[in-house]
Amino acid sequence: MIDAAVFQAKGIGKSYPGVRANDGVSFTVAPGEIHALLGENGAGKSTLVKMIYGLVRPDDGEMVLNGQPHHPADPRAARAAGVAMVFQHFSLFDALTVAENIALGMENPPPRRELSDRIAQVSQDFGLPLNPARRVVTLSAGERQRVEIIRCLLQNPRLLIMDEPTSVLTPQEAELLFATLRKLADQGTAILYISHKLEEIRTHCDRATILRGGRVVDSCDPREHSARTLAAMMVGGEMRPIDRSGRQAGDVLLQVRALSQPAPTAEGTALKSVALTLRAGEILGIGGVAGNGQDELLAALSGEIRSAPGTILLEGADLSRHGPEARRSAGLLAAPEDRLGHAAVPDFSLTDNTLLTAGARKGLVRKGMIDRAAARAFAEAVIRAFDVRTPGPGTAAKALSGGNLQKFVIGREVMQAPRVLVVNQPTWGVDAGAAAAVRQSLLDLARSGAGVIVISQDLDELLELSDRFCALNEGRLSAPRPTDGLTLDQIGLMLGGAHGMEVAHL
Amino acid sequence: MIDPIALFLLLLSASTPILFAALGELVVERAGVLNLGVEGMMIMGALSGFATAHYSGNAFLGFAAAALAGALVALPFAILTQFLMSNQVASGLALTLFGLGLAALFGKPVEGVKAPTMAAGPLGLNWIVWLGLAMVPAIWWFLNRSRAGLILRGVGENHDAAHALGYDVRQVRLAAIAFGGAMAGVGGAFISIATVLQWTEGMTAGAGWIALAIVVFSNWTAPGVLAGAWLFGGVTVLQLRLQAAGVRVPVQLLSMAPYLATIIVLVAISARQKFSRRAGGAAPGSLGQDFHALR
Repeated sequence: MIDAAVFQAKGIGKSYPGVRANDGVSFTVAPGEIHALLGENGAGKSTLVKMIYGLVRPDDGEMVLNGQPHHPADPRAARAAGVAMVFQHFSLFDALTVAENIALGMENPPPRRELSDRIAQVSQDFGLPLNPARRVVTLSAGERQRVEIIRCLLQNPRLLIMDEPTSVLTPQEAELLFATLRKLADQGTAILYISHKLEEIRTHCDRATILRGGRVVDSCDPREHSARTLAAMMVGGEMRPIDRSGRQAGDVLLQVRALSQPAPTAEGTALKSVALTLRAGEILGIGGVAGNGQDELLAALSGEIRSAPGTILLEGADLSRHGPEARRSAGLLAAPEDRLGHAAVPDFSLTDNTLLTAGARKGLVRKGMIDRAAARAFAEAVIRAFDVRTPGPGTAAKALSGGNLQKFVIGREVMQAPRVLVVNQPTWGVDAGAAAAVRQSLLDLARSGAGVIVISQDLDELLELSDRFCALNEGRLSAPRPTDGLTLDQIGLMLGGAHGMEVAHL
Repeated sequence: MIDPIALFLLLLSASTPILFAALGELVVERAGVLNLGVEGMMIMGALSGFATAHYSGNAFLGFAAAALAGALVALPFAILTQFLMSNQVASGLALTLFGLGLAALFGKPVEGVKAPTMAAGPLGLNWIVWLGLAMVPAIWWFLNRSRAGLILRGVGENHDAAHALGYDVRQVRLAAIAFGGAMAGVGGAFISIATVLQWTEGMTAGAGWIALAIVVFSNWTAPGVLAGAWLFGGVTVLQLRLQAAGVRVPVQLLSMAPYLATIIVLVAISARQKFSRRAGGAAPGSLGQDFHALR
């Protein structure tokens, strides 16, 4: 078994200033195996694979690839040795064509025409339709990932690394991806699969190595464990189950009627007669693949974009023409997706950041003067109530980790006791513990009689939180359906199925 | 009456300095760097080229020296922005001021002397004019057909992705900045050696700024740069002819015309929102952004 290993890590360690990212990491990947690397954010998964791909050099330990010592000086050396990688944030060039993108990821690309032929060949073999002449900027997330995968496949890799590949895909697209991976594995390629989605690891992976705090804490066959035990291994303790109890749908709080809005930018999405009703104590989930109008819908609800009169009503009052400040005073609050730069000013302290949205509602600004003591007290209250790990309210927002800043941003809105709170991607890039805390706070807010709209691409999150579910597709909002009894398949169809499934014209 | 063919030949000459500078800046910007120092590099090229040509008596040697001087004076900008992470806009402006001042200081000894004569090429045009015209397809081919050009575009489009794929972002940009400096230097030297035939302080007269504008106007393509340079050159020739013909329009307005025309066309094109990336606009994705690799 050991001689047959495609890849072996022995005691890998890597330190950054103040952080031990990896410490004594050892594991083995066999040919034809889909091997999961499981761990929370900051567990050291990304650092580990960057070392295998030659982007980062390990401080100590050694790696073996195909029986040869593996210490690539740069990604080109790693590629030459047979390692290929699909990145979490796609490493694609928007303005370039599919063929050009693929050529950039190869050591010695063949002439253009031959390359196009080979792209066509591989995409046919693996059922991944792709037109080499299209510019990447026009592709959907699923199609972009196809570009990355084909770029890897053309190099006949021995070891394929995939860094959280399904986070941007619809369920159907994810299925397609796993079918491809299985086909590859059957041909003998070893696959190293990074994710924190437990269900897909349980269904599709042969082995799992679990990382926590930069160390390997366990190794198991994920098919023999429940998602709960895997989560416990990952976090190192039991997760408190989400408490959904004690909520009752009350009166209608928010009504959106025939909200249409042209795309605010050339790359944006137009909203097309969006209608929804939100009751007190209710959580409405809005799903959809990124770029289908999520940002625009949040902007229209928060007041960043004003809409036609009569389109947005809060408890009967027309807020369509009001700006964000007036809507906050009326009780309609919002927390946008981009926490660093949109929801918070990176260089401002947490205290100053509270002033941005809570100034009026919490009386932090009086007659144009800032009440610094009150602002500081409010920031401290948010930090305490939401367990934000930070030295204090004077810390700059950008110094917080993603999960802690997200807890702060959501906490800042929740603690203003809104009538309606709209959040976009509340747990994006946040580790499991912080995500659970954010979700619980949204449920608690709804229990207190507020209405909550959760816009998210994480379908598990939407199913866990929301009472009713709508899909946002190319700026159109579907009719809501109760979440009870809704399956992932049905949701996938509501989202418009797998985008770009039609056979490309090659 | 103005002979259209003669006018066109004059246009080719008049557009050459800007064509060189803009083609160089095109390559720099395609690599993701915004170098506002074009004017400074041009004037340094104008002086070094002129002085070398004057003392050696060989104009072609002058152009070679101008290219070298342009590249050398661009080097501090490259080090500041690529290795010390200085702001590109501020560093570029500083390069322009630095170049103008330094050239004025070192230019004193060659004030009032004449440039050596140059053997003319086909159609009586300067060889450098032909070189400039040849550079258009050459740079187009380099950017769109060669492997090195693809890597350069990749670096300019998304430097993080290029780094992740193992390309040396800073090395590519360093080379591009040096090339841009050399091109600007030759463009500047064409003014002093082949057009005005002497050295005057500040003789580039804003040509570098027009070259910067033309790169945007061209939508970051080599043929577009040629069109922009011809537009500017054409209006320049035309207004000189009108001045010579004694048209009753103030000279100041006529002198202003090439700049005004270029800017108006630039604004008109930008207003049509042609630069949306989805619609095929080519503004490099990482243009002007600092690149900081985490190792």
